[in-house]
Amino acid sequence: MTRLPALLAAAAALALSAPAAAQDFAITHATVALGDGSEPIDDATLVVRGGKVVAVGKGIAVPQGVEQIDGTGKWVTPGLFSALTDLGLYDVDAVEQSRDVSADKAIFSAALDISPVVNPLAQNIKVSRAGGVTRASVFPRSGNAIFAGQGAVIDLGSDSEALVKPRAFQYVELGEGGGALAGGSRTAAYVTFRNALAEAQDLAGRNGRNDDALLNRPDAAALIPVVEGRQPLYVHVERAADILAVLKLRQDFPKLDLVLAGASEGWMVAKEIAAAKVPVIANALNDLPAQFEQLAATQSNVGRMHAAGVKVAIGRFFDMNQPRYAPQQAGNLVALTKLPGASGLSWGAAFAAISSVPAEISGMPGMGVLKAGATGDVVIWNGDPLELSSAPMRVFVDGVEQPLESHQTKLRDRYRTPQEGALPKAYEW
Amino acid sequence: MTMRNRAIGTVLAGALALAGCSAETGGVKSAGAPPAATTASKSEVKDQPYPSTYQAYPGAPTALVGATVFDGKGGRIDKGTVLFSDGKVVAVGNASLAIPEGYSRIDGTGKFVTPGVIDIHSHLGDYPTPSVASHEDGNEMTDPATPQVWAEHSVWPQDPGFTRALANGGVTALQILPGSGNLMGGRSVTLKNVHSRTVQGMKFPGAPYSLKMACGENPKRVYGGQGRSPMTRMGNFAVNRKTWFEAKKYAAGDRKERDLAMETLAGVLDGEILVQNHCYRADEMALVLDMAKEMGYKVTAFHHAVESYKIADLLRQANVCSAVWADWYGFKMEAYDAIPENAALIQQAGACVIIHSDDENGIQRLNQEAAKAQAAGKRIGIDLPDAQVVGWFTLNPAKAMGIDKVTGSLETGKMADVVLWNGNPLSVYSRPEKVWIDGALMFDALDPQRRPVSDFELGQPGEGDVK
Repeated sequence: MTRLPALLAAAAALALSAPAAAQDFAITHATVALGDGSEPIDDATLVVRGGKVVAVGKGIAVPQGVEQIDGTGKWVTPGLFSALTDLGLYDVDAVEQSRDVSADKAIFSAALDISPVVNPLAQNIKVSRAGGVTRASVFPRSGNAIFAGQGAVIDLGSDSEALVKPRAFQYVELGEGGGALAGGSRTAAYVTFRNALAEAQDLAGRNGRNDDALLNRPDAAALIPVVEGRQPLYVHVERAADILAVLKLRQDFPKLDLVLAGASEGWMVAKEIAAAKVPVIANALNDLPAQFEQLAATQSNVGRMHAAGVKVAIGRFFDMNQPRYAPQQAGNLVALTKLPGASGLSWGAAFAAISSVPAEISGMPGMGVLKAGATGDVVIWNGDPLELSSAPMRVFVDGVEQPLESHQTKLRDRYRTPQEGALPKAYEW
Repeated sequence: MTMRNRAIGTVLAGALALAGCSAETGGVKSAGAPPAATTASKSEVKDQPYPSTYQAYPGAPTALVGATVFDGKGGRIDKGTVLFSDGKVVAVGNASLAIPEGYSRIDGTGKFVTPGVIDIHSHLGDYPTPSVASHEDGNEMTDPATPQVWAEHSVWPQDPGFTRALANGGVTALQILPGSGNLMGGRSVTLKNVHSRTVQGMKFPGAPYSLKMACGENPKRVYGGQGRSPMTRMGNFAVNRKTWFEAKKYAAGDRKERDLAMETLAGVLDGEILVQNHCYRADEMALVLDMAKEMGYKVTAFHHAVESYKIADLLRQANVCSAVWADWYGFKMEAYDAIPENAALIQQAGACVIIHSDDENGIQRLNQEAAKAQAAGKRIGIDLPDAQVVGWFTLNPAKAMGIDKVTGSLETGKMADVVLWNGNPLSVYSRPEKVWIDGALMFDALDPQRRPVSDFELGQPGEGDVK
């Protein structure tokens, strides 16, 4: 870097930074989890060059001139992929001015697009990055209509560009929440839904928009890729009967590329979900009848769906459910394998449920996985990543090592001893 | 959704949740007062009109052998033996402890034993699931000071959450608090986590009451939003102080006229009712400590004390516990400075740490939350042994609930509230295998019939499932 005057350099440090160059590095003698559902490999090597994984496994030679990191006693995994988050959408969840999660008073719905508003410097991105999360899907929540709008895929790198894939999916509420938003009943939600897709078809077709259209033009236009199957449609439902009703929508709209979000009662209709080849993004540990649509909720839901052949990711990390809890939740599903009558996941399947599976469902097949050609998102952990005592030690996004500092780490350092020293605490920074 | 959201969320226009969480908490202090039962103080006689009818269920004399035992008070015994009979712990020792005749022996090799898990901050029963409006019974938000309400009059014993807390969390006792919408939310009730047709059938015999108080955002938002006092944090203090002065006057009088609100506050001034004070920010906790001094009462615990790490020294001096989450942060302004190292930093300063839930999901994993907080400490060089960390969700909450003389640790003569875990409870891979309450086996992961199913779940999809 050229030598900048001190002031300018300081300003540059404070400004949003441009992407740094990817490092070439190899990690040796580590326990490596590939993220593809397989079990961890001990004493393995990972090589990353030019921001991509070039080789991983046992007996891999480290190329000349590549920085070598001793992974003895460490675990290496792909970065976590968190599906359905609110990362970058608020500073403080309860502070309305800081929050772009839902547009409660907007006149638009399906047209709402989260991609321009994600703030890569938000604390929840920094904290999640330090938790080993390197990619996520971010989505708007329904404000006053069943269609919430369009979500995006982001990376959690510290550079100024978070966006990986804008308008990656549309999100709609068709359960209890959908009924309430549409006018007080699921019946209204379904009519609203069918009409909206029909109007999108009209707009896309020769006749154009009807004079009596209920949707405004941007909302109808936003649904054209949905009804044509070019943009996935995430449907939030929980109840078994609602899941079946959603699967039947393809009888009238055959091109819908459906993803189920929620599906607390998915285990009751797991065979039907598997047969329809519809993936699911579920909460891992819901086990209470929080609402009537979740009466049969159980922590065995994910395990039972997985066993039935459903592609199921652990996700829905928003509000109090932080993305950095993903490993703990996956670990809990491993714990279930030891409980009679319960269904959990093997370690490999559990880790895949927070890495490659959500990446694939999100249309990002080369992420959340370590294999030749995959994105160089890598986390070095001080132990088994699903264990409560473990934490990331180093995090790489696209082969670039990431800072792990945040508001939290600064507070921690300032108050390592609570008493004031020679000057007030405000001078310690 | 979390309780916090429910607890206040509906009142707020807008948005999110926030509040609840805060909604609830409070701190308490038991100060080693003997679990009430026998002494009849002046406030106590009239304060027991809804007495506990809890009776321990029968249990066989049991010897747990070969497990790693964490006794709750900081001790660890490898290949330990725990004996209990007639509802009480008979002896705790190492492999040389003789097992008397007539004890059924359970091999705990490779497993772990702890005291029953205790949650000092729960809203089970007063914000039960399903989380529908008809079930919102935790915040009497008609006045900022409602010390006259009692949480036990809201508790729905059929809340399915009790069963999950038992089966997945090993919870044997819990304190149900009013929410945090009010400055003075009312009296808590401490329960045994044993299903009953009535709340009286769950009440922990002899447990003292606590008064739930709340600092900060919630009360001022609820009432300020209605154009009433308190609208500000200074309003919070003004209303509190005015109410305390009234209480002091009442307490100094003959107390003959029944005044439900004043009776609760007089009980606090007498030291018979503990104070559980929901309070996030360090600066507010420091002010509350002065208010307590001014009025002559003791804060037992600050709940949701996410900034305790900033004043851990003051909290140690004041002998006040901090009831905290492991790593909740950022959901509301007063939680913005929460850090995962909070518990470890408090412990390191010599102050009392409690891991609490305030949440029907979190209560199922208090052991895991403690383990995360332990690990966060270890990463900055604070290495706390497992046996001490187990105390964060057993003996420490028992102390702050005033029930530590009878439960919270595995000691001869205490209630046989015991969890057998299938691995180290501080590992994510472990779950309760068996849970005894007063020596009665109330949950057994190996016996599908030995799990409670609430009335609400009968005939519903998922009835009796593993959950």
